[in-house]
Amino acid sequence: MAIAFACVIVMLLLGSLYSRSFLSPEYLLQQLKVASFLGVIATGTMIVILLGQIDLSIPWVVAVGGMMSTAATGWGPVGDALAIPFGVACGVALGLVNGFGVAYLRIPSMIITLAVNAVAQGLMVVHTGGFSPQDSSSPAMRTLATGEFLLGLPNALIVWAVVGAGAIFLLNRTTFGRAVYGIGNRERAAYLSGIDTQRVVLIAFALAGGLSAFGGVLLAGYASKAAQAMGDAYLLPAIAAVVLGGASILGGRGSYLGTVAGVILITLLQSILSVVQMPEAGRQITYGVVIIAMLLLYGREGRAR
Amino acid sequence: MTRLEPTASPILRMEGVSKRYGGVRALANADLVVFAGRIHGVLGENGAGKSTLIKILSGVVAPDAGRIVLDRAEVAFDSPAAANRAGIVCIFQELSLVPDLSVADNIAISNPPHRFGLIDRRAQRRLAEEALERAGAPDIHPMALVKDLPLSRRQMVEIAKALARKPRVLILDEATSALTAADVAKVFVVLKRLRQEGLALLFISHRMHEIAELADESTVFRNGANVATYVAGTKTDNEVVEMMIGREYSHIFPPKPAVRAKGAAPLLEVRNLSWSDRLRDISFTAEAGEVVGLGGLDGQGQRELLLALFGVLRGLSGEIRVAGVPVSPSSPHAAKGKRIGMALIPEDRKTEGLMLPMSVRENLSFAALPRVSRGGVIDRGREQGLVGEMIDLLDIQTAGTNIPAGALSGGNQQKVVIAKWLMAEPRIILLNDPTRGIDVGTKQEIYMLLRRLADEGAAIVFYTTDYDELIGCCDRALVLYNGAIRRELAGAEITERALIASALNISSEEAAAGASA
Amino acid sequence: MSDWRYLFAQNRGTLLAIAFFIAMFAIYTSNHPAGFTANVVQTAANKGVLLALVAMAQTFVVITAGIDLSVGAVFVLTNCLASWIVVGTAASATLGVLGVLLTGLACGAINGLIVIYGRLQPIVATIASGAVFFGLALLLRPVPGGDVYGPLADALTGRLFGVVPASLVALGAVVLLVWLPYSRSAIGRAAYAVGSSESAAYMSGVPVDAAKFCAYVLSGLTASLAGLFLTFVTYSGEASAANGNTYTLFSIAAVVLGGVSLFGGSGSAIGAIFGALMFRTIGDLLFVFNLDPLWQPLFQGLVLLAAVCVGSARVFQVRNRLELFPLARTRRRGLRTRSSAGSIRRWRSPSPA
Repeated sequence: MAIAFACVIVMLLLGSLYSRSFLSPEYLLQQLKVASFLGVIATGTMIVILLGQIDLSIPWVVAVGGMMSTAATGWGPVGDALAIPFGVACGVALGLVNGFGVAYLRIPSMIITLAVNAVAQGLMVVHTGGFSPQDSSSPAMRTLATGEFLLGLPNALIVWAVVGAGAIFLLNRTTFGRAVYGIGNRERAAYLSGIDTQRVVLIAFALAGGLSAFGGVLLAGYASKAAQAMGDAYLLPAIAAVVLGGASILGGRGSYLGTVAGVILITLLQSILSVVQMPEAGRQITYGVVIIAMLLLYGREGRAR
Repeated sequence: MTRLEPTASPILRMEGVSKRYGGVRALANADLVVFAGRIHGVLGENGAGKSTLIKILSGVVAPDAGRIVLDRAEVAFDSPAAANRAGIVCIFQELSLVPDLSVADNIAISNPPHRFGLIDRRAQRRLAEEALERAGAPDIHPMALVKDLPLSRRQMVEIAKALARKPRVLILDEATSALTAADVAKVFVVLKRLRQEGLALLFISHRMHEIAELADESTVFRNGANVATYVAGTKTDNEVVEMMIGREYSHIFPPKPAVRAKGAAPLLEVRNLSWSDRLRDISFTAEAGEVVGLGGLDGQGQRELLLALFGVLRGLSGEIRVAGVPVSPSSPHAAKGKRIGMALIPEDRKTEGLMLPMSVRENLSFAALPRVSRGGVIDRGREQGLVGEMIDLLDIQTAGTNIPAGALSGGNQQKVVIAKWLMAEPRIILLNDPTRGIDVGTKQEIYMLLRRLADEGAAIVFYTTDYDELIGCCDRALVLYNGAIRRELAGAEITERALIASALNISSEEAAAGASA
Repeated sequence: MSDWRYLFAQNRGTLLAIAFFIAMFAIYTSNHPAGFTANVVQTAANKGVLLALVAMAQTFVVITAGIDLSVGAVFVLTNCLASWIVVGTAASATLGVLGVLLTGLACGAINGLIVIYGRLQPIVATIASGAVFFGLALLLRPVPGGDVYGPLADALTGRLFGVVPASLVALGAVVLLVWLPYSRSAIGRAAYAVGSSESAAYMSGVPVDAAKFCAYVLSGLTASLAGLFLTFVTYSGEASAANGNTYTLFSIAAVVLGGVSLFGGSGSAIGAIFGALMFRTIGDLLFVFNLDPLWQPLFQGLVLLAAVCVGSARVFQVRNRLELFPLARTRRRGLRTRSSAGSIRRWRSPSPA
């Protein structure tokens, strides 16, 4: 985590060499706002990774969140009001399928989440093609994603802060969070300690699905509309943010603040790459190389905390 | 002790071999001499050092000290493959077979016959058929998948696989324990033939009559060292048991209460419990205030019995009653609950008892989370308070509650495992060999604690591989053999002689008669 | 006689995949407006062979109980590369083909090195390496384009003797030259052993690391064959993220449908190939039944979901629930050094039957 925060600072300094504006409050606030979307998604990813599992259904669950919430606005004022909860609920439902497969059928999470991703994609293709749905977001979604609160604080950032505070509370202060860490460290020992491990895994995946979808809702609000491929760009960054934040991909180790650092790091990396007009190709390569390098660094460590 | 007359120079000689696991001495300055063309039996009770001896010989673990001389040359193996190349092959317990490959593939796995750079399947098949034939199991089809074979057949494949490697020294580690009587007879014929062919065989078994039938000479291990080597037929069963006994008494046990009043219904009652072929019709009771020991040789169903009680095993038959009420725990979660109130101190603290990277505090409160939380939210103050209580109660030596449990010494880790379950306030406590691999001081503290918990009204079921503990700690002892209760001993009946005799499934009358003669 | 029984039992997954494929393909062609013509078969074959090759690439790694989520990216990368270098004269095109195959090999080798010697989880390692490979593809082809050596492309995507799709013959050749020797070689055997039980394989003196490395390398190589073939079909290179993701996902679906165990140790590339052909046919079936093609992705997703769920039936047969919580990640090095006294009991005797 300390490494991640150090990297954030190094990156800001590097950026400021390129342009003074990198250290201006406006730029930083703008970056944090952009980071909020990834932050919300990465929160769910982190819970799953803490369990020692992985969620590869992020791309289309994000899309489901965005597209279902905008579709709901097509039902008139009631739909407008229900848009956000409806989008999130759809994500929770997909997350429950993931969780059921992992916890009760013991399908490797990688496989079941890929399958659920494919099903979600199929559902959305049918949805957009068949009924030419409403795809613009509700006013509430737009306000949440683009509006500003007091002192020019972006609403999106506040949303992330609330989600983050919730995650910190959940992971550090509740029996659920304790069980998540325990399962991630040694599922066998957690089971033998009388933890209902299956239920914990199920809930964790449901939370991850809901948060991914919520990220999709915010993204739809930000862009004023939902689109099919809107989640594609979030799978690798979400996992990368968690891992760069110092969480072990094998589970059981990692703090939410680390994930925050990872999210900011990724966002800054993206921002700098785009400011220096790095083409998409270079961004992809940089991502991949940075992630592998960081993983090798953490992986070597191999010790506890 | 009978002196042996070496007919030739030994093919294998171990001199002064020692091995420690952490703080525990598994093998101390052990010697062993094995000759070609002979079958050498190895005897010893649980923890006498037999397994470590085999692991060292077969290259699975490296000795800390001592030397191994093979054919007059000193050798050191860094892997099982290296030992195989030198001609030492060990028949393991199903561990070395790859389940998804065919019998022939498995037999030829380390050195398949090649033709044009590819595996020659026909030659491999011939090789497998030959090996199976030599192993006395020509009925096994070389194309069958190992995972589809029953355990006894797999063991025969193991033997065939070992023979296909053309060993000079063949080690059989309890290789007959999974076999049917008919197979055992066949294997014996094979082993006797191999002896004639000039192989050296090291035969480890806890079935005394098998050693008596096969071995030309035998070595008895005790406390990690060889205590005697004798020529077959020169010692009676009883004399052999006598050699295996005689452990150092280093523990002091708390006094047992003399007589207790029996309650209305026993706290734990098990009736006709069976599971798979590993538990057979087990019935016993454990009263509140009683410590019931489970004994017998390793792997006779003791672990399965504890897991069955704790809700881990599926497909049980029989009945479990807690305080007279029939229960059927479907998971440790259910077994832990108020209605049953059970705790299991598991077998391996590193993989089953603790999350080593998590803090001492988190580990201690892990089983008792419902007790330290309200509505799923952990009450930090209450948690810290109870954790402190437990640390005091068990006198856990730790630099603080926030350091990782993995940083504690073995004995203190074990105390954490016990404490975490005491924190959940169970009324029935199951222990799976809780003193293995920990120091004497901690052991003693655990004995005191068990007695105190019993006095406070808990029923304790205590599996241990250490006979002294059964004698010193338990009000009653159940000796298991082959998944069934072979003998129940109470009070003064629990003696080392009775325990070993019933564990080896030889009648203790015979042993007693031998002793008085 | 009984030999056949065993052969049948051990190849049941593969045989089932073949049977299902034949049944579906029969339904497909008999309902196809054009019927069972050389054209219909050729088009179906060209599409099917692409996925079959990627599925084969995935199989190598899955057999060792690993996974390669970068196959799609290698596929796209080699497609883009081929659209640059498999051009010009016959000689330069030949060199180009070699270059493409070497690139695939290198991608596989990188994956293997990261997973085996970097000791990273294959999932994350290959997602990340996939990003790099895809980035390289974008570098090569920021916009779709390029060309390919025509005669070779036409020969491989056309028909032999006017009837047999050449792509199928090429696929057959790959199976004959790559898969069959591999599956009968010591290193291929080792891959199965490692996937089935790494500790048993180690105890038996099987070269564990070499087997895994070889599997990743072959996976990269086969994925590059697919990329090459894609160039022959489209006459161009395109760095399409959707293509990469889809092929990665479908390769896993094909492997599952083809009877290859995702837990490693069993199955064959031939099964995976038929799984791939079957998966393609499933998608196309909707088309001949005049169902809206919109339903195709959903249908394919549901088939995949059902396939992975069916494979989990064994969970309900487990009688000792602790088996559901394996002492995971038993690295073979760990096997040697694990020195807790508790491990002595790994060697305990099971009770007599």
